[in-house]
Order: sequence, then C-alpha cells, then structure tokens
Amino acid sequence: MADAATKQPAIRLTDISKSFGPVRANQGASLEVKRGEIHALVGENGAGKSTLMRVLAGIYAPESGRMEVDGRDVTGWTTSQAIDAGVGMVHQHFMLVPTITVAENVMLGRELTRGLQLDVARAEREVEELSRATGLAVHADRKVADLSVGEAQRVEILKTLYRGAKILILDEPTAVLSPPEIDELWGVLRQMRDRGETIVLITHKLDEVMEISDTITVMRHGKTVDRLVTSSTTPAEIARAMVGRDVQLAMDYVADDMPTTPARERIPGAEVLLDVRSLVVEDVRRLIAVNGVSLHIQAGEILGIAGVEGNGQTELVEAIAGLRTPRTGTILIGGRDATAMTVKQRGDTGLSHVPEDRHLRGLVLDYTIAENLILGQQHLFTRGTRLDGEKILENARRQIETFDIRPRDAMLPARALSGGNQQKIVIAREMGRPFQVLLAAQPTRGVDVGAIEFIHAQLRQARNAGKAILLVSADLAEILALSDRIAVMYEGKFAAVLPRAAANEEVLGPYMTGAASESAA
Amino acid sequence: MRRAAAEEAILPAVVALLVAAIVGDALILSFGQNPGTVYRLLLEGTWGNAYGLGQVLYKATTLTFTGLAVAIGLRAGLFNIGAESQLAAGGFVAALVGLMLPPGVPALMTLPIYLIAAAAGGGIVGAVPGALKAKFGAHEVITTIMLNFIVLALLNYLTAAHLKVPGSLHTEEIHSGALPRLASFVPAFHGSAGNVVIVLAAVTAAIVGWYLFNTRGGFELRATGLQPEAAEYGGVNVGRVWWRTLTLSGVLAGLGGLNFVLGYKYYYEEGFASGAGFLGIAVAIVGRNHPLGVVLAALAFATISQGGLAVNAVVPKQFVDVLQAVVIIAVAASVPEVRRMLRRSR
Repeated sequence: MADAATKQPAIRLTDISKSFGPVRANQGASLEVKRGEIHALVGENGAGKSTLMRVLAGIYAPESGRMEVDGRDVTGWTTSQAIDAGVGMVHQHFMLVPTITVAENVMLGRELTRGLQLDVARAEREVEELSRATGLAVHADRKVADLSVGEAQRVEILKTLYRGAKILILDEPTAVLSPPEIDELWGVLRQMRDRGETIVLITHKLDEVMEISDTITVMRHGKTVDRLVTSSTTPAEIARAMVGRDVQLAMDYVADDMPTTPARERIPGAEVLLDVRSLVVEDVRRLIAVNGVSLHIQAGEILGIAGVEGNGQTELVEAIAGLRTPRTGTILIGGRDATAMTVKQRGDTGLSHVPEDRHLRGLVLDYTIAENLILGQQHLFTRGTRLDGEKILENARRQIETFDIRPRDAMLPARALSGGNQQKIVIAREMGRPFQVLLAAQPTRGVDVGAIEFIHAQLRQARNAGKAILLVSADLAEILALSDRIAVMYEGKFAAVLPRAAANEEVLGPYMTGAASESAA
Repeated sequence: MRRAAAEEAILPAVVALLVAAIVGDALILSFGQNPGTVYRLLLEGTWGNAYGLGQVLYKATTLTFTGLAVAIGLRAGLFNIGAESQLAAGGFVAALVGLMLPPGVPALMTLPIYLIAAAAGGGIVGAVPGALKAKFGAHEVITTIMLNFIVLALLNYLTAAHLKVPGSLHTEEIHSGALPRLASFVPAFHGSAGNVVIVLAAVTAAIVGWYLFNTRGGFELRATGLQPEAAEYGGVNVGRVWWRTLTLSGVLAGLGGLNFVLGYKYYYEEGFASGAGFLGIAVAIVGRNHPLGVVLAALAFATISQGGLAVNAVVPKQFVDVLQAVVIIAVAASVPEVRRMLRRSR
C-alpha cells in the first residue's frame, strides 16, 4: 500500500480543458504532484490556475482530459466525491459563516449530533485536538466574526483537514496575511508535508514560491508551460516562464537595494502638495478606523503606507478622496483646504485616485473602455448637457495608445478585459490627465507581472515629474521598491514613519503587527 | 450596437414569446380549440382592422409611459413599483386643472399646462420615495408599494367625496384642451380610443433615450444603476441621482394619465388605467429598459390585452392573462438585469 502510494503521483492531471463561454480558461493544462511535497502552481492572473484547481476539487467538470488521484481515474468527479477522497480546497475568499463559532463552522455540513441536538461540546473538543495536532492555533468557541484574517484562514484550513483532506489546495493564501502570519502558515504547511500530506499552493508571488515550495508548475494562457524544481531555479527564470519574456521584478530592487531609482532625500523647499492634519475617520460600523493621522507629501515624493489590510488604510484614502467624511481633521491639496470639497471638486483641484478595488469603485464594468476613461471627468467631456462623443473617443484612442490597453478597442466593455488591462484603464484615467496628488491604493493588486512593471514605471515617472504620491499597498516588496518614505499603519495610527534607507522587511514587520511602535512624526 | 450585444438584447424576448406561444397552444388545445384559429382571431381583432388597431395604440400609449417610468428607474438601479398610483395622480391633477380652465381655450395653449399638471401629479408621488431613499435609505420597493395604497385611496376619496358626477365614478368633463382622436384624421379608426397622445408617447421615448445615452446626466444615472460605488468614486452624488430619477420616473408615469384624460374620456375616473402601472414593470423588463424596446413591448402587451377581447368567444378571457404572465416569467428568468436585481436584493 505504502509502496503503491509512493509510486503513483498523488495528483496527475493530463490535458485538461475547460471553457467559460468564449473564454478558454484551461486548454490542455497538466499537473503532476508527488505525495508529500509542497507544489507551487504559478502564473499570471487569468492563466487558469484557479480553474485547474477547481476542476481537481470537483467544482468544475473538465471538457476533456484525464484526472487521477493516487493512481485512480477520477475524471469529472463531484465536490463530495473529492472531499471523500481527501481532496480539500481553501478558497481565496473565505467561506465561513461569521455569526457562528469556529467549531460550528468546522462541523458545518458534517454536524455532530446527540439525539436531535447538535453536539457542540464534542465538536469544540475535536476542533481543539485537531488544532493542537496540526499547530493551527484557533479558539474553537469564538465567533468567526471576531477573528483576525489570519485566524479565519487557519479555520478554513482546519475545516478542510477535519474532513480528512490529505491533498490540500490553497488559493493565494497569503493575500491577506501579515509577514509573521505568513511565517506561521509556512510552518504549518511544512509540518503537514513532513507528515506525508500533499499541498498545492496557487500563487503569483515569486518570493513565496522560492521560500516554501519543493516543485513548481508554471501556467500561461491556460496551458502548462514549465515544470521546475525549486532548489535548482531562480525567480527570474520562473518570471520568464510566467510572462514569456524577461521582466524587471520589484523583488530585485529589494535584493539589490534599489539600484536604478534610489529613494530621494527630502527636497528642501519643495512644495507640500498633500497635507493631512489630525485626521479621524470612522468605518462603516462607525468605529474609529483612522485615529488622528497626520501626513504631508512634497512634490516629487512617494510616501508608502505599509501595514496589514484593515488597519485604516482604506478609510484614510477614502477620506482624502472625498468618499468618506472625516469626523475631524483637515486636508489640504496643493495648499487649498479640501476638507469640505466634493469628490468632483477635489478632482478639479488636482487630486487623482487609483482606488483599491477596481471592480467595485474603479470601473463601471459594463461601461466601455471609452466611458470608463472619463469616469469622474464626465463634466469635462460635455457640450452643454450633451456628452461629446467625439472628444470621448479621441481621449480613449490617445489613452489606449499611451497606456497600451489591450485589446485596442474603445467600445469594448471593461468587463471583457484582463485584470491587468482593467487596471491600466484606471491608471490611464487617473495619470493621463493633469494632476498634482495621486492616491494609489493597491495599484497592482491582482495584475500580472508585466502590468506591474508598467504601473511601477508610471508611478516613478510621475514622482520624477514632481507629483506627490500616496502609495498604499499590502505588498511590502512594492512599498520598498517605490517609496521615498515609509509609514507603517497599525490600528488606525502610524506606528512608524521611516526614510526608505532605514526600512526593510525585518524592520517593518514588528511595526505592522503592533509589536513595536514609535511616536509617529 | 455590436452583433453579440444585439443578440443578447433581443434573444430573451424572442425565446419568451416562443415559450408563451407553446404554452398558449397547449392551453388552446385543452379548450378543444385550434390554436391557428385562435391566433388568427387574435390578430384580426387587433392589427387586422382599424378599430382594433386604434384600441391597441391607445393601450400601448399608456403602457409606453409607465414602461418608460419603470425602465428609467431600473437604469438607475431603482425598482419603482409605484407607476400605478403615479399614473393615476398624473391623470387626476390634469383633470383637476382642466376643470379650472375656462372653456374654449385652444389646445395649443392648454397643452403645456396639462403637461406640467400631469408631470407634477406623477412627479410629486415619485419624489416622496426618492427623498426617503436619498435621506434615510428607505427601500423604494417598500415605499412605492405603500404609496400606491395611500395615493389611490386619497384620489378615490377626493373623487367620491367632492368631484364625482352623481351616479358615476368620474368627474365632470374638462372644459377645454381635449385632444383629437385618431379617427378625426383617419375615419376608419372611428369608435376606437386611439388619440394623438401617442405622438407625445413616441416623442417622450425618444427624449428618454437621448437623455440616457447622450447626456452627462444619463451617463451618471446609468453608472449609478450599474455600480453605485463606482459612480460615487466618479464624483456622482448618488443620493441626488436616486432622488431625481424616482421623481422623473413619477413624471413619466404621470404623463401617461393624459392619454385617458385629454385623449379619450376628457374626465378623471376612478381606476381609469388600473393595472397599467404594474404592467409597465413587465413592459420595461421585456423591453430591456431601452426606450425603443419599451415601445415595442408596450405594443406587444397592448396587442395581447386587446386580443383577449377578440378571442373571448372561443377561449376564456383569462387566456390572455395567462399568456401575459408566461411572457413575463419567461423574460424575467432569462434577462440578466433581472437576475442581477434578484441577486442584489437577497
């Protein structure tokens, strides 16, 4: 039995194809993973990684191809068959019920009962045992709504293990975690591997791939393009396989300590373009999310805000953008008091805003590229009350050209574009017009490596042209690669403000988790 | 429009009509009748003669107004269930103004006054849920439904207590400004209710189309409907768009009251277009919230409704009600906007 198991790969997917309407998500994709290894499935956004893993988990049936688990043909099985066979998937977006406890969530679907009653006590006992055995620390009796993101993710993993998963699929698990939480996750995964369990990690972060994986499969445009052994490859080689050409990686800047664009020292006498004083902002639940933040950014400077998501960054940016009314505080844009200005007035004063969620705020997905390229500036594209169609198209043609938005068809709905090109629409709209101050929130989230390179170049260029940029990113490498000064946000306050030269991941980490703080400048 | 988009826009309506036809066939057969005969009767009784056509055009006129009212709301992401009472209020205020006008004023002078009156009647009823939504976030479905009860009861009370001609449910005739029937241009239409308000309906549909797709206001309105967060980000005052659109929606429904009051009976009557407001919801959905689609859907529903009278001799009158319901359900199940709406309200 043990022999057979070691001979057969745990997972073997051959020539899998799966389409969604005209979109061919997988076309002849393959994957082979040995028992007891951590395998990284990498590729740009839209390369078909998640689709392939959903096929494996039985969520989608493949149109063609063959699936084997432990040597058994399981082509086109259902989710419940997959779970019974020990294949569990942890999704990018948590699928937990926030109003009930950890133990209740874990047993959901396989409820323990005593007579007609739920046996919650036993569930809690079992969850705690499993928690100890795996090193996934959770409080079985706490409500999911009260958990941190990291803990919620541990619950997701526990839930999968509770159902007897021996093959664990994790879809972008680190997107919402702080560095210490990520380290903790790696520890748990390594333990599981050492116990003989098999792990597939979907990711597009190359540093993670290098750190945790044993073997790698690279996907591009729905196909498997390369298989690599981690110990004998480099990030550059993986990136080349992902994109199909050489790319400048943000990580390189960190490693080589920023060779091409050294952070600027504060420029004496340069005009302060964004000046925020003692800002207090509430979140949607009316709790204080930003607690007395002050910041100022000069012309030609990028201030990067690092921090685990949910520490007030969203509220800070939205308050400056005019989407949220601050409780107290002052906002000056280009020296003018903008505190009471509408979104439109701020735009006309020289504020541009790349919002953190392009699908929610940044784009009207059913509007065409041309229409999206004037969103927020529609009053500048009118003749009387009428929209000036010609001017709108002319603007679209210019922006599509300048920012290399593909496909080059102004009348296509934004929904039809890839994540990277959607983000380029937002970038084009906000940076392809006169502005003084740019709020860039998660400007490269969910976009491919090629587009990241392009967007970073745009940000640097704008900085060098004398714009003031507030950069918020959950990606530390990005913060370190672009910022001239770095502020760390923790629980609504700046835990530290450091010049770029004094910052690296080790220095910033403790501030991000609240383990360290200095009275902010 | 792109070919794929055009297909996506038209296909659900075509499929819905086919499904309705099949269900209709089955029903007709169950009554022991020949579907061919029944459908021929239906067409002959509507588009087959001038009187039937005039009736269809009359009904389509009211439905165009209520359909546009619901459609413009849906374009802004608002579900106006109140077209029923907005239509009645528009007709009521127009009739009230007509009773106050001196006799013999030429129609050219009174028409603007009537337009304002009907628009104000419907607009006020629409503005209330609009303001409640913008100020307090009160859901427009609830408030418009409730307002239907209040407004219709109020109008009935005013009519019954103060305005009605004894022994009837209607007011006196208006003193001036009555608009000509179609029969005064084409005598063959004689006896039918079709009148020149249909021109007003067509012009209104064209204006609504222009507003939605060619103006800044329309751009902001549609953005609000598709993605309110993105509209807000784009500098749109979303609350104001809600308020303005529900008012406008009421205005459009209110104008529909002129069809009866100025074009047909020349007085306000309790329940003069009962059901036309609710049918406007179906017209808007089948017409995919596009003014041209609304006009076509209004004609289709008017045909089915008038056709019901024509086939009454061979199948029960309720046959056409079932047919209408099948069309609505089939379209509602296949139209993406409706699915999105249902998802959102969950």
